[in-house]
Amino acid sequence: MALDASLSAADAPASSNVRAATTESRAARVVIIGLSLLFVALFLVAPLVVVFTEAFRNGTEEFLSALSDPDTFSAIQLTLLVAGISVPLNLVFGIAASWAIAKFEFKGKAFLTTLIDLPFSVSPVVSGLIFVLLFSSHSLLGPWLQSHGIKILFAVPGIVLATVFVTFPFVARELIPLMQEQGTSDEEAALSLGASGWQTFWYVTLPNIRWGLLYGVLLCNARAMGEFGAVSVVSGHIRGVTNTMPLQVEILYNEYSFVAAFAVAALLALLALVTLVIKSLLELRYSAQIAASRRH
Amino acid sequence: MALTSDRGWQFRQPSVIPGFGLALGVTLSWLTLIVLIPLSGLAWRSSSLGWQTFWSLAADPRTVHALWISFGCAFLAALVNVVFGVLLAWVLVRYRFPGRRIIDAMVDLPFALPTAVAGIALTTLYAPNGWIGAHLAPLGIKIAFTPWGIVMALIFVGLPFVVRTVQPIMEEIDREVEEAAATLGANRFQTVSRILLPGLLPAVLTGFALALARGVGEYGSVIFIAGNLPYVSEIAPLLIVIRLEEFNYPAATAIAALMLMISFAMLLVINLIQAWSRRRYGYGA
Repeated sequence: MALDASLSAADAPASSNVRAATTESRAARVVIIGLSLLFVALFLVAPLVVVFTEAFRNGTEEFLSALSDPDTFSAIQLTLLVAGISVPLNLVFGIAASWAIAKFEFKGKAFLTTLIDLPFSVSPVVSGLIFVLLFSSHSLLGPWLQSHGIKILFAVPGIVLATVFVTFPFVARELIPLMQEQGTSDEEAALSLGASGWQTFWYVTLPNIRWGLLYGVLLCNARAMGEFGAVSVVSGHIRGVTNTMPLQVEILYNEYSFVAAFAVAALLALLALVTLVIKSLLELRYSAQIAASRRH
Repeated sequence: MALTSDRGWQFRQPSVIPGFGLALGVTLSWLTLIVLIPLSGLAWRSSSLGWQTFWSLAADPRTVHALWISFGCAFLAALVNVVFGVLLAWVLVRYRFPGRRIIDAMVDLPFALPTAVAGIALTTLYAPNGWIGAHLAPLGIKIAFTPWGIVMALIFVGLPFVVRTVQPIMEEIDREVEEAAATLGANRFQTVSRILLPGLLPAVLTGFALALARGVGEYGSVIFIAGNLPYVSEIAPLLIVIRLEEFNYPAATAIAALMLMISFAMLLVINLIQAWSRRRYGYGA
């Protein structure tokens, strides 16, 4: 085949392979893969490895004693509390929003979807700032809150509000495309067979979206536990009271207690790794489910 | 039967599915309470400053420098991410090698790892006595505690945005296009640079815009590595925090409003370029 020969000669003189026309030469592939692996090692793997080596620098004992510090312990509790409140709130919101947007046709739908995504394009610091402006003693609401003894800023409610804001779009964003793709025929069938609205939701819609829902909740939870900027602005950094885990990392690091800082960071990194593993497993399963729903 | 069609303007099309009122009601009230009221509070606060005050706060040299550093570093980091993000997406889509799935999962690490953790880890790596910094110090290269540190942190946080926007589009590329190019006598470099990459341009621009937007607002991973020297390595979000700690709310509000305005203007421009490139080159637009 003269054509193949001339093509691969123009392409890569080293190989006379027919497949060279739609892929790179072996040498080019090795260079490209090598470059990207180097990049991944430098920017993704190295930071992760550093967290764990620094945390265990002086052995497991010091790692554990760093974690049993009362302030660190209360930071872990606060982080779990905040995620425990804000993730379910956004879960309910996400289901409601995707039900309205994916199952119905109405005016202004695209605009509503844009508004839901809005918190993603706001800087974390600005997300905290807007709540400071709303509730500080200089604001409209501030004096009223103060006279009624309600504390929002520099207290748990403010941290929850800021966390809810930054994690606002996660669940809705996963569910809307999934539910749009699944359409309404399953629900219509259930309704025509006499199921009530709630029954249709529990027995038909929810099983259809469960993996997508879990995926959204997972990402929402990772962000809720790890949020730093927004929470740092509203928390007031009161030790043992309004410090979440990421804020505790900052405080310990700035005090040069590196092992303690990295010990808390290692817990958060472990959370990130677990999130990534579950996410990858879900992607394997979840994409198969979507492929199945595409078939009929 | 013209039962539904001559009703004229309708807010929503009729449907047998129940729960529209409840679902939309919950959505709108939650959206208003959590997002719209707080954000409009910012708009109201900054507009009540008055044009004169706003302008004098915005023109403060420290603010101008901080904005420059934030946008400049985010721009550089997004450029690096475009190059390596496209390369990485290509490797993940086109090549099969051991460990590919793990690399694919690792790309999302910056989404999952809390920014403060990334910040202290990168600082430890690039500090003059760190694993990487120690090798660069003899060469006279300083990364941590300089603006280059900011760029490094922003490369970390922005990478998945480029990879995850380009990857699905790359998977859709029809191999026949490449075969056609090859049979018409194009060499591999020509096929990639003149057939494949232009078609990816809209997706690459979207990824660039997302990485840029994230980088401009990033705070947690940057403040540890930046050194935070005013006029040199102080980013705009940090300056907002500093002003807030001084209880200088007008200045904090003004910087935040400026950041939002510049970001929106930039995203608008990128959207226009994107619409243009999609008309001209895009796959299946």
